[in-house]
Amino acid sequence: MIIFESVTKRFADGTVAADDLSFEVPDGELVVLVGPSGCGKTTALRMVNRMIEPTDGRINVNGQDAASVPAPTLRRDIGYVIQQVGLFPHLTIADNVATVPSLIGWDKERTNERVEELIDTVGLSQEVAGRYPRQLSGGQQQRVGVARALAADPPIMLMDEPFGAVDPIVRALLQDEFLRLQRELKKTIIFVTHDIDEAMKMGDRIAILNVGGVLEQYATPTDLLAEPANDFVVDFLGAERNLKRLALIPVSAVEPEPGPLVSADDPASRAREAAREAGTDWALVSDADKRVEGWVSIDSLDEQETVGNGEIQPFGHFVTHDESLRAALDVMVESPLNVAVGVDEDGRYEGVVTHNTLTGELD
Amino acid sequence: MIFDWAWVADNLGDIWAALAEHIVLTVIPIGLGFLMAFPMALASIRWPGLYSPLLGVAGILFSIPTLALFVVMIPFTGLSKATAIVPLTLYTLLILLRNTVEGLKGVPVHVREAAEAMGYTRTRQLFRIELPLAVPVIVAGLRIATVNTIAYVAITALIGQGGLGNLFMDGFLRQFPTPLIVGLVLSVTLAVTADLGLLGVQRVLTPWQRDPG
Repeated sequence: MIIFESVTKRFADGTVAADDLSFEVPDGELVVLVGPSGCGKTTALRMVNRMIEPTDGRINVNGQDAASVPAPTLRRDIGYVIQQVGLFPHLTIADNVATVPSLIGWDKERTNERVEELIDTVGLSQEVAGRYPRQLSGGQQQRVGVARALAADPPIMLMDEPFGAVDPIVRALLQDEFLRLQRELKKTIIFVTHDIDEAMKMGDRIAILNVGGVLEQYATPTDLLAEPANDFVVDFLGAERNLKRLALIPVSAVEPEPGPLVSADDPASRAREAAREAGTDWALVSDADKRVEGWVSIDSLDEQETVGNGEIQPFGHFVTHDESLRAALDVMVESPLNVAVGVDEDGRYEGVVTHNTLTGELD
Repeated sequence: MIFDWAWVADNLGDIWAALAEHIVLTVIPIGLGFLMAFPMALASIRWPGLYSPLLGVAGILFSIPTLALFVVMIPFTGLSKATAIVPLTLYTLLILLRNTVEGLKGVPVHVREAAEAMGYTRTRQLFRIELPLAVPVIVAGLRIATVNTIAYVAITALIGQGGLGNLFMDGFLRQFPTPLIVGLVLSVTLAVTADLGLLGVQRVLTPWQRDPG
């Protein structure tokens, strides 16, 4: 747990980089500090491991006042990853990863085992162990940076735009891998970025900072999008706030509408009835196993026939309950019926997501 | 005949002795100079206000003509080795101090900060991270200082030291070119060898700078 208690930082030139900051980073959570340049997000991060000392207030790190612990000791329990990576150019990858273990005096065997394990953990091949940093690509160096920070298994990690220096494709990959890793490791993390989308993706909670080190809002991504505290937050979240909200809500979180579902063996009159009840001019058609085959237009059905004799139009896409409402919206837009049909993993019908379902969630 | 091989054969012992003396008069000032410049450089890094004054003093020493320094020294140390070594040492300070400080300053900020954030103590960080990374610039300073010193040593022949400088004096005074040529060739060879040797030392100390292989 990291607790900021009324932390203020005023630099010698009078710039205020943190203005009475108070917030808590719960154990095992990843908290993102995000804001425009000059908002003091990096300063806030660096006060945790005392690279910068606060002017006022206290930072409590795992139960102790950070200021009461000698800085080098404090830092060995806090992993640190930065955008420029800062690998030691004169040390091999293995020695870079072994930095903190060797500082705290692990024996060779334990260190070597740990280094080998970490090279695997961050998705590198063991061949890189003996190479020097300049022989690695930017993405590989970033992975080594993460491995080095994790080496002595610190409970806390500080990450300053850790994926900022790589191209967007590698960045997305590193973000995904890191999230997967974090689900296992459950480190307490403060993560700095200027990119609100990265913040939404990575953060369990997000602190939005404004110029002058003012904390505008501290909330989960969902709460932030649902109830932005003020205009600054609204602006910072950007024009697509509602789309971002939808992206965070899984289909499983909403009650899909039952929809007009009939079987191919049903008489056409049954389809007409179901459509009327649902207020549509179409009906969904499934097989005996509730697998959706497509849909029929009610007007096209011959009253004397079964549904299966009508012209059944297939669907291009379905949504499953682990997808987001944003994905459901994509499917809706492409569908001639303006709905997204929800199915389970085996393709069995679960209901339809309609425009009303989405607006109901956003209200 | 401009070059007298017989003279060389007859005086081989003296030639070797001159060369050996030249080497000693180079190595000692470089060694002493580095021993002085290194703590000065560390102090300049620790207290940046010291750097300019130290550099200024080293610069003034560097600009004093050799002969003038000998004249100042002779009343104290006579025509001894010390009279040669002290000025030669002082001349190395400017280059060695400047290159050591610049080498340390040249360590990228993010590398320094990463070391700090990993929990290195100040001293350990200096010796494990910053000095190794400064090696190329420090060795570059040693190379310049060494080549300079090899050239200066010859002048100390004027006070009865001088290594290969004695061969120049001998050739000049007797209007006999052979010793002059021998001295010149040996002194250039010595400078080139020392330079390449130090370059080799640098390559051994900085395996991380070699091309990927």
